[in-house]
Amino acid sequence: MAHFVAHGSLRLDAVVPAEMNAEAIGFLGRGVPGVPYGSTVPDAYPEGSFIRRLLGIPAVAGALRSLVGPDPRVDHHFVHIREPHEGRAQPLHGDAIIDVRADAFDVQLMYYPQDVTLDMGGTLSVPGSHLRRTNETDTGRYQNLLGQSRLVCPAGTVVFLHHGLWHGGRRNDSDTVRYMFKIRFNPTVRQRRLWDTSDLGDPQVAKELLRTFPWYEPATGRLEFYNRVLLWRSLTGDESFDLEHWVTRVSNRPQGEVA
Amino acid sequence: MTTRQHVLVLYLSTSALDSQVVGWSVYDGTGRTSPTTGDSDEPPYRSGVDALRDGWRLFQAAQLIPPYPGGEYDVSFLKHEFFFEKLVDTSAGA
Repeated sequence: MAHFVAHGSLRLDAVVPAEMNAEAIGFLGRGVPGVPYGSTVPDAYPEGSFIRRLLGIPAVAGALRSLVGPDPRVDHHFVHIREPHEGRAQPLHGDAIIDVRADAFDVQLMYYPQDVTLDMGGTLSVPGSHLRRTNETDTGRYQNLLGQSRLVCPAGTVVFLHHGLWHGGRRNDSDTVRYMFKIRFNPTVRQRRLWDTSDLGDPQVAKELLRTFPWYEPATGRLEFYNRVLLWRSLTGDESFDLEHWVTRVSNRPQGEVA
Repeated sequence: MTTRQHVLVLYLSTSALDSQVVGWSVYDGTGRTSPTTGDSDEPPYRSGVDALRDGWRLFQAAQLIPPYPGGEYDVSFLKHEFFFEKLVDTSAGA
């Protein structure tokens, strides 16, 4: 979870079996009908349907439960298709509208049913951008950021994104149509200690939360730590948690009078 | 002579023009190239000054604006944005 809080994403390579990937490529081109906002998973995806089976893959189900808990709602899904030699990329963006919740977040599942090579225009994402307060395509001016991620992955890869993460479909310069299926999940329970927390005290947790990224301006990077501390406190319920005293020091307002 | 504007936007690590490039965008008014989102992992220059040394002319730099009261710890857009241009001769044979 510390990795997710720092990066804003969790990548599961080739977790979907080949026969399911072949099945997906057979129908994703026709699109997937929308579902009503706030649908439960059983309502949106009947037992035995492809998407229900996708969500039942243990690694996928475990990650989803760890991030948003049991019985999340679905308010959006979509098949993204990048056509061969289409000429341009999507502008860098965050989906929907700006989301300033500090104690809750939606996640997006992105499923890639085929091998994605660099020239197929795999999703661009910007590690550590999920806590930035920007609205949709207002970041479209940014073409490239140092340390960005240009997805190259094996077939059957699933990536979970914090909903605020900056991303965009890159230009497909190949001869192959590229598919990606995306589902947005909303939590229905408080996102607190929903994952295996047996290693919360491991020093590696703080080390991971202090990860910086090459595109961060150093000054703003310190504010990223501040905001990660607030998110980690919310996720764990530990209001004393801090990273190198960043939050504690600027919250210190002694009230006691000199005797 | 017919000229068109070639625009380079650099995002730097501090407000200093000689600080490190952390982000970049290119727009080509000649139509000869089509730069787009996510087309390169390597910055074109190490710093803003390196771009000046290569002939780019700075025409806009981001102002230093204090944080809005109450939003001092918020993170949002990149702060240190610098716009450069080169004028390119697009006359026949140029």
